[in-house]
Amino acid sequence: MKQLTPKERMKIPRHPMIEQDPTERSRNFKEVNLGYTPELAIEEAQRCLQCPKPTCVAGCPVSIQIKDFIALIAEGDFIGAVKKIKEDNALPAICGRVCPQEEQCEEACVVGKRNEPVAIGYLERFVADYERDSGKIDIPEVDRSNGKKVAIVGSGPAGLSCAKDLREKGYEVTVFEALHELGGVLVYGIPEFRLPKEIVRTEIDGLKRMGVKFETDTIIGRIFTVDELFKEEGFDAVFLGVGAGLPWFLGIDGENLNGVYSANEFLTRVNLMKAYKFPDYDSPILDCKDRNVAVFGGGNTAMDAVRTSLRLGAKNAYIIYRRSEKEMPARVEEIKHAKEEGVQFMLLTNPVKFIGDEEGWLKGVELIKMELGEPDDSGRRRPIPVEGSNFTVDIDVAVVAIGNGPNPLIFKTTPELEISRRSTVVVDPDSMKTSKKGVFAGGDIVTGGATVILAMGAGRAGRKAAAAIDEYIQTGKW
Amino acid sequence: MYKIVDARFLAENIKLFEIEAPRIAKKRKAGQFVIIRIHEHGERIPLTIADSDLEKGTVTIIVQGVGKTTKELNLKEKGEYILDVVGPLGQPSHIENFGTAVSIGGGVGTAIAYPTAVALKQAGNYVITINGARTKDLVILEEEMKAVSDEAYITTDDGSYGYHGFVTDKLQELIDQGKKIDFVLAIGPIPMMKAVAEVTRPYNIKTIVSLNPIMVDGTGMCGGCRVLIDGKAEFACVDGPEFDAHKVDFKNLADRNRMYRKFEEEALKKFEEKCKLEEKIKSLQEAE
Ligand SMILES: Cc1cc2nc3c(=O)[nH]c(=O)nc-3n(C[C@H](O)[C@H](O)[C@H](O)COP(=O)(O)OP(=O)(O)OC[C@H]3O[C@@H](n4cnc5c(N)ncnc54)[C@H](O)[C@@H]3O)c2cc1C
Ligand SMILES: Cc1cc2nc3c(=O)[nH]c(=O)nc-3n(C[C@H](O)[C@H](O)[C@H](O)COP(=O)(O)OP(=O)(O)OC[C@H]3O[C@@H](n4cnc5c(N)ncnc54)[C@H](O)[C@@H]3O)c2cc1C
Ligand code: SF4
Ligand code: SF4
Ligand code: FES
Repeated sequence: MKQLTPKERMKIPRHPMIEQDPTERSRNFKEVNLGYTPELAIEEAQRCLQCPKPTCVAGCPVSIQIKDFIALIAEGDFIGAVKKIKEDNALPAICGRVCPQEEQCEEACVVGKRNEPVAIGYLERFVADYERDSGKIDIPEVDRSNGKKVAIVGSGPAGLSCAKDLREKGYEVTVFEALHELGGVLVYGIPEFRLPKEIVRTEIDGLKRMGVKFETDTIIGRIFTVDELFKEEGFDAVFLGVGAGLPWFLGIDGENLNGVYSANEFLTRVNLMKAYKFPDYDSPILDCKDRNVAVFGGGNTAMDAVRTSLRLGAKNAYIIYRRSEKEMPARVEEIKHAKEEGVQFMLLTNPVKFIGDEEGWLKGVELIKMELGEPDDSGRRRPIPVEGSNFTVDIDVAVVAIGNGPNPLIFKTTPELEISRRSTVVVDPDSMKTSKKGVFAGGDIVTGGATVILAMGAGRAGRKAAAAIDEYIQTGKW
Repeated sequence: MYKIVDARFLAENIKLFEIEAPRIAKKRKAGQFVIIRIHEHGERIPLTIADSDLEKGTVTIIVQGVGKTTKELNLKEKGEYILDVVGPLGQPSHIENFGTAVSIGGGVGTAIAYPTAVALKQAGNYVITINGARTKDLVILEEEMKAVSDEAYITTDDGSYGYHGFVTDKLQELIDQGKKIDFVLAIGPIPMMKAVAEVTRPYNIKTIVSLNPIMVDGTGMCGGCRVLIDGKAEFACVDGPEFDAHKVDFKNLADRNRMYRKFEEEALKKFEEKCKLEEKIKSLQEAE
């Protein structure tokens, strides 16, 4: 193949994602992004300048060797490329889809200084899908069993990546999951149209084939306490990857009316329980068809909920967010997709109270306009209510998506765990050790609601939990 | 997969199951429940652990067929399996020696009250049980309740057995007789629990009810089970299911439990049609 000059490379425009048509996709649950073709992937890969000092890598929380895997794609060696990625990231098909690339790897890509950055996420996704479609997924080699047992609590990205690394090192790893399905937020939160569940299942099957054991329907803190995992079940170390699954509510009047959901419940009913297929599946979800649905919040969860409501047939689907679009924490792609699909954004607007009827059904919401004041602790400008600007909107379903905190279930039965003021678990940032001997933690339980890739980074090798667990068990030193 | 090692009807539409779940059997305490899912397309529903057998490694649940899932469950027989059983969930009942404790059960609520009545007895209370049913045939656990009670009463709405009247009438009668009651536990339909709360309120008798909001995960993750206690939202699956009856907003609970009425009726109708069809096919096959 002809080698392109940097100039020629810079001339190639970024290839957009091939997507389902917005009007069509907003009414189905199939994946929105369809992925690159091999030709597009090769061309997109040729846009990479192969920088001697690739800045993109520093933008990736798990330091994927981005330059090298893209070079392999440019050569047409897709399987080689996915192997290269998997040296640092166990779940490329997932991260390629859900990472906020625009503020991580792609933000740091030099091409982005003058042009649009190389589509690193799309390329990562492409090779991972290519490998899965080929049906020849490589199972990493596993060292001979060293007879040591590690318990992983929670099967979200943090738990899964920790499990993989420890299993490779020869540990007997058991993952305990509270729900009946494995994958954490990847299966109960993030919708099918953004992350098909089949992909999560394939990744987990890979871990099963490596010999990781999984126990669903098992809530640690209820069936075993952490202490019992050591004493009765004989584990040598415990990793807590229990996520931040406790939904926050607005704390305003009328929040217990019929029709007000937490995003967790709304999304769990649809994704995990498949309520969109009622009555083929038994769990129901309130009718959104031809109704008005309002979602409160501006993060990925809010976008997922509002786009789900459209797919359930909503006539008007609103995002109600108290700051401006610039402050929205959602991925840029999700906001773009939501707009294309017809979601209506009410920005600088905050709910005051929910309005119901005699029988307890939600009828509307009273809102107030906001303006931005001085920056707050998070560095974002603080929204302030504009007095007298109240107005009401008729709504039938409300979804509160203003964030989640760590679920206290496990702390209540493990009082020795030091908890921060934000009720997250306190850990040593280098080793992910908690205040309790033999217990490590990572992911949203430590950071509060964050991202898939950060959760994985905390659970995997390198400086983090899996490596520290290995060291602790081998040396016995805490 | 969790094996059903025993299954039998206690009354029309009320079935007892013993399910193999040794770890839950070992850990469960009175007042706790499990969430089950019968099959891949099934809903997750909460059911109280009525009893457990450590030797056999089983838990007992007692199920009243009220809708699609419970009726489908009640078709299951000994030797069949339930796909998912997770627990023990919820806070155990707060048990101490209160003095005289009255345990009131309405309908299948009797089954839910039973383990707590046992624990109250073990803690040294003078235990009075009042168990209500619509009619004689629906009375359940009569012998079991008698065995743990210092005084046991049955009430029926139609007077076909025991005391003629509601459980609250009997409770009021005991109070009027001058019995010093220190603690009341009431479990049953929402109107019954509300009525009990109103009976005990003027006397300031500590009264606990076990609430039955609609649940999904049972771990505090969805917030669907939130109930208003003293005007504040609490999650029944982790903060409850037992709460101070005098602080519960029963209207909100009743409203919320009607949330999916339309869907429940549809699901039940479809299910019953399917059952009828299957029966018909079976009888045709047998006739052949
Ligand atoms: C709707 C939604 C959309 C999101 N979109 C994105 C996105 O686009 N990009 C992105 O990067 N991030 C996104 N996030 C955030 C991301 O999903 C999380 O940061 C990530 O999943 C955290 O991983 P985790 O492993 O720490 O926890 P989780 O994924 O929350 O997994 C924790 C698991 O532990 C289980 N568990 C909890 N307690 C117990 C217990 N006591 N015993 C046993 N098991 C237990 C839970 O059931 C759960 O399965 C989104 C989050 C949500 C809710
Ligand atoms: C903590 C707790 C303990 C319980 N213990 C018992 C018990 O020991 N024996 C027993 O027979 N019943 C018990 N119940 C009630 C039982 O869960 C419901 O009867 C059952 O879920 C009804 O499902 P269905 O599909 O058969 O009926 P549906 O027709 O779907 O519903 C009938 C009614 O049951 C309630 N319900 C529906 N779905 C759910 C759900 N997912 N979770 C909770 N309630 C729901 C609603 O009020 C609804 O109106 C308990 C409920 C709770 C919350
Ligand atoms: S894992 Fe995420 S941040 Fe890292 S290269 Fe892939 S898409 Fe970028
Ligand atoms: S910074 Fe951009 S151009 Fe440079 S190596 Fe990374 S992806 Fe390629
Ligand atoms: S059932 Fe989901 S929080 Fe209680």
